[in-house]
Amino acid sequence: MAAHRCSYLAWLVFIFSLSGILVADGQETTLSGDHLVSAVENPQTDAETEKRAAEEPAVEERRWEATRAADAAEENQEFPASVATVLSSTPQLKDDFQEELVIRPLHSGDIYASFHFRTLWETDFMKGNKVSHYRLFPKSLGQVISKFSVRELHISFTQGYWRTMQWGQPYLPSPPGAELWVWFQDTVTDVDATWKELTNVLSGIFCASLNFIDSTNTVQPSASFKPLGIANVTDHRFLRYATLPREIVCTENLTPWKKLLPCGSKAGLAVLLKSEKLFHSSFHSQAVHIRPMCQDSQCKTPSWELRQTLNVVFDLHTSGQGKQEWSLFKMFSRTLTEACPLASSSKIYIDITDNPQEEQFELIPATPLLRQAVVLGDRRTFSVYDLTQQVTFGTVRSLNLLIRWKSTEGHMLRPLLHAERYVAGYGLQTGEIHTLMYNNHPFRSFSVLLLDSVPWYLRLYIHTLTVTSKGKDNKPSYIHYQPSKDRIRPHLLEMLVQLPPHSVTEVTVQFERALLKWTEYTPDPNHGFYVGSSVISALVPSTVAMDTNNTQERTLFSSFFPCKEESSYFVRVYTEPLLVNLPTPDFSMPYNVICLTCTVVAVGYGSLYNLLTRSFQVEEPNPGLAKRIANIIRKMRGVPPL
Amino acid sequence: MGLLSDPNRRRALISMLTRLNAPICMLCYCAGVCWFMGLAFEPFTLRTYMSENAMGSTMVEERFPAGERALATAREFAAHKKKVGGMPVDWLVKTMQARGLEVFTQSFSRVLPFPDENKERYIVKGTNVYGILRAPRAPRTEALVLSAPCSPGDNNNQAVGLLLGLAHYFRNQIYWAKDIIFLVNEHDLIGMQAWLEGYHHTNTTGMKWTPLQGRGGSIQAALSLELSSDVITSLDIVLEGLNGQLPNLDLANLFYAFCQKIGVLCTIQGRLQRNDWDSVSGYSHAVQTMMLMVMKQASGRPWGDHGLFLRYHIEAATISGINSFRQYKTDLTTTGRLVEGMYRKLNNLLERLHQSYFFYLMPSLTHFVSIGYYMPAFGLLAVILLLRALDLWVQLVAPPARTEDGIAEIEQSSPGVRSVLTPLIISHLTGAALYLMPVHFQEMAVEHFPVSETEAVVLTAIAVYTAGLALPHNTHRLVSGEGTEQGWRVLKLVAVLYLAVLLGCTALINFSLGFILALTMVPVAAFVTPDVPKVLSAIVFVILSPACTLLFSVFLFQELQDMPVSLQDGWMLYISVISQGILDHYLFGSLVYPLIALMVYPCWLLFWNILFWK
Repeated sequence: MAAHRCSYLAWLVFIFSLSGILVADGQETTLSGDHLVSAVENPQTDAETEKRAAEEPAVEERRWEATRAADAAEENQEFPASVATVLSSTPQLKDDFQEELVIRPLHSGDIYASFHFRTLWETDFMKGNKVSHYRLFPKSLGQVISKFSVRELHISFTQGYWRTMQWGQPYLPSPPGAELWVWFQDTVTDVDATWKELTNVLSGIFCASLNFIDSTNTVQPSASFKPLGIANVTDHRFLRYATLPREIVCTENLTPWKKLLPCGSKAGLAVLLKSEKLFHSSFHSQAVHIRPMCQDSQCKTPSWELRQTLNVVFDLHTSGQGKQEWSLFKMFSRTLTEACPLASSSKIYIDITDNPQEEQFELIPATPLLRQAVVLGDRRTFSVYDLTQQVTFGTVRSLNLLIRWKSTEGHMLRPLLHAERYVAGYGLQTGEIHTLMYNNHPFRSFSVLLLDSVPWYLRLYIHTLTVTSKGKDNKPSYIHYQPSKDRIRPHLLEMLVQLPPHSVTEVTVQFERALLKWTEYTPDPNHGFYVGSSVISALVPSTVAMDTNNTQERTLFSSFFPCKEESSYFVRVYTEPLLVNLPTPDFSMPYNVICLTCTVVAVGYGSLYNLLTRSFQVEEPNPGLAKRIANIIRKMRGVPPL
Repeated sequence: MGLLSDPNRRRALISMLTRLNAPICMLCYCAGVCWFMGLAFEPFTLRTYMSENAMGSTMVEERFPAGERALATAREFAAHKKKVGGMPVDWLVKTMQARGLEVFTQSFSRVLPFPDENKERYIVKGTNVYGILRAPRAPRTEALVLSAPCSPGDNNNQAVGLLLGLAHYFRNQIYWAKDIIFLVNEHDLIGMQAWLEGYHHTNTTGMKWTPLQGRGGSIQAALSLELSSDVITSLDIVLEGLNGQLPNLDLANLFYAFCQKIGVLCTIQGRLQRNDWDSVSGYSHAVQTMMLMVMKQASGRPWGDHGLFLRYHIEAATISGINSFRQYKTDLTTTGRLVEGMYRKLNNLLERLHQSYFFYLMPSLTHFVSIGYYMPAFGLLAVILLLRALDLWVQLVAPPARTEDGIAEIEQSSPGVRSVLTPLIISHLTGAALYLMPVHFQEMAVEHFPVSETEAVVLTAIAVYTAGLALPHNTHRLVSGEGTEQGWRVLKLVAVLYLAVLLGCTALINFSLGFILALTMVPVAAFVTPDVPKVLSAIVFVILSPACTLLFSVFLFQELQDMPVSLQDGWMLYISVISQGILDHYLFGSLVYPLIALMVYPCWLLFWNILFWK
């Protein structure tokens, strides 16, 4: 009986699922049409923010992609005015939340997942406005902004080093450890005190050791860090930049970060953020960026953007099973069942640029929605999954994306710009910092801004600074150097260097290792002392503009001039931090050392000094009283004494 | 010190010291030698213990399963090596890449100052291949190195196989906190030198190498593997590095701890430790083990690929597998597990290895003698020199006080200064000639004599050395005429103090070298006067000269290694040892050859000069 019922049930399920699939197919085709419309409006909200203002999205049916993708992108670019009109016509929401997950399968077989959450709020923290009603925007951050008159705040926590040679450029670069840079409003009078207070407050909010940021690791870069939002102030007196290369990022930093999201980790993409999987990875980086944005093209009213990003790279080899496939469940040990109800848009993008015919990997379930975007100077194609549409989740009511590799070749990439840094030499007296910057562009040179902030205990010999490319001296066109002051401020070196095409530029500077006071050593002095990453900021010629040969896909009339789209794009590259050993006393036996030193000084040195400086003579024994009196009498009488 | 402040007591003390000078010196010498021999006696030594907390208490599990696959890789490597006739660079790059490492190569070339007949090489060109296992979520600040030399012939294939097997296994683990660099170096030490210089971007020896493309931050520790058989009976750890530097004792402790845990026989100097310390044979075993260490350390040459790491403050050791005729054999899986365990513990390190000793001698793997225990042995020898100096000083100061003739005193001391300076300069010039001539005049020597370049260099060195014996006292007579009684005393005072400082500094850096030199040179320095019988003392002098010390050391070393040689072979060995010493200096920057040529030999010549003082 039970068996009979079971089979009956199974039949029912089968029939329903079959019809479900049929219906879903129908919906998909219709929806994709809808989506085309929505995609026209969507890009504007994304346009300046999502992919560094260099984005031209176009969503089409898959079968259109080969022929018309380029043209669509072109059309979009031709009508920037329409962007504004569409935007102003959208219903005015006071605040808005969007979430996105971008997955990029990497050549090495690893996988890169990048979460982006954006809260846009039409309000004004500036000019002393009292803001007290919060909806989506986290109150804790809002209060920080208004109390400390922050114009822009960028903070990132990173565990691991981004391997540019294997993974290409990240969507949002960040140095290992913690990085914080803040632009204050020009109404702030005592920037240093505000900065100090701000770092302590942030330290509490993010459960991080940001309170270790003080004047010895804070710099004011003159050119490398410009405001990213609307700003008329570029006086770098209001900028503070600090890194903590030693900061270790773990779940206690993730939890407060997740709490800033409107849905917390209850719904939407954030349910994937489980720490046991996020920290079982090759790279983990989480960041918060706050900046003022324009509300419309006239820019009459500002709105504030809070962008939370989390980047993680999963490693193929350490994942265990040896099978070359990735799924949401395997990556995050969760699947998706719904979008965040508060989100106006909730999407997953999979980078399928290198996989047009599915020869590298297979994507299950397949999606007809495609989107093109120019990311980091390269035109990429993405498969799109819209979580706000129920059809995305299919009949099982959950989405578990599966990427199955067919071939992997782990060859090294040649990113146009990458950099490395190391300490040369041996011994504990001196050393040399080498910074290598590679320009792999075959025919174009470009200039980069190099920012180096070196702690005071490495005393840079700035006269030994050399910049060489291709064996020749390369004179920087701009140098900003601020020497360090012992125990007060670090060295700051900023240079604008022109990198010749296809070359390595080497910047070397020698340093001397300082001997610290004994209380200044860290609890583990033999581990070494960290020097934060150098920052290389550059406008790199776009690869899209570079491939002049690849014209067959484009129309003849549009493909003559090579600079078709964005001719160059902004890249920031961080080098690895350095671990430098300083001369370290043996702390394990302070008692012995103190005893020995005291004994040597007291006994050895004292008496030796006595022996060397004094002359010794045999003293006459002290005469008795009677003899002395007798002598006085004899003296009075003029007779020689006894 | 109150003793010295009181003139009467000071005078009494000094008179006692001068009166009993010779017996006290004899006593000190005997005490020094006895102290040194006592170091190997087990109750006088300390048992080794793990000082580093990060490695001591933490538990690791060794799970390396793939010994058989590593052997297969080793055979594949051997086949490719044979096919290419050298290092199979392309194969190694491909294999390492397939194991998920970032692979880089470095090519280097070096022209030796003269052909190396032991290893039959003159112009060396090679390539190092290394793959970096990037630790997950680590910022490339720290690294560990595992290296295996690609040796000619059928040697070390298993080491490379194990290295690749471990690379494959390590790559799949999540727990690494430091990058691990797997390095296969060609031409053993020369390749290693090139790689280390490239990594640290220094050039101390004038080698040509291409810059490295990938790095892993500051290297914390390194192990070098040497395995030439599929199964082994025991593992040997080699610690002695360049210029007698030793790695932190914790590295040896770590090795011993894992040998115990996994159940592999472990040796140092190829000798097992014995439990019967109270028997004569047990004690002599310990003495021999310690003497081997002393001789190896004194030679100042790197005794394995690890030896070059030490200059860069990287703790390193070589682990070599020995396959003897014992019954119980260990397979490659077990060896792999041992290495895995060591790397996991090193991976746990927060700081560099610094807790334990850097200066030690090991009479067995479980016992060590720290610097505090062995330094008195040297101190007792060095104090002889100071006592003699005091004696001479008193003798020099006393006579003028007796004569009370100011003019005579000035007349006596002024030729003293010249008679000191002249031999000093001449003997140092001879030393400089000994340092420079062998390598720079080898071509001329080869033209005029029917010898090979290597022999030419060594024979030139010996010739200069011998010529030096004749030169100083003749020239001294030519330059400053008749020496006075006062003159040789001043010269000897200077020479004795010079020797004391020289040996003291040497012993601080390389105790073994300092002690061996002190053992032979101190008696000569203490008792030389122009008045002793010339022929007999000249013979004693030559026998105790640095060159003969080296000759005896060669024979003793062979004896200790249970490989006694005949006189003929010993002489050949002696010549090759000298050439190796010179090569070590030019290739790796070993300081023993310049130390002997520029300092010790001139100092010895000063005493030789005093012997023939007229």
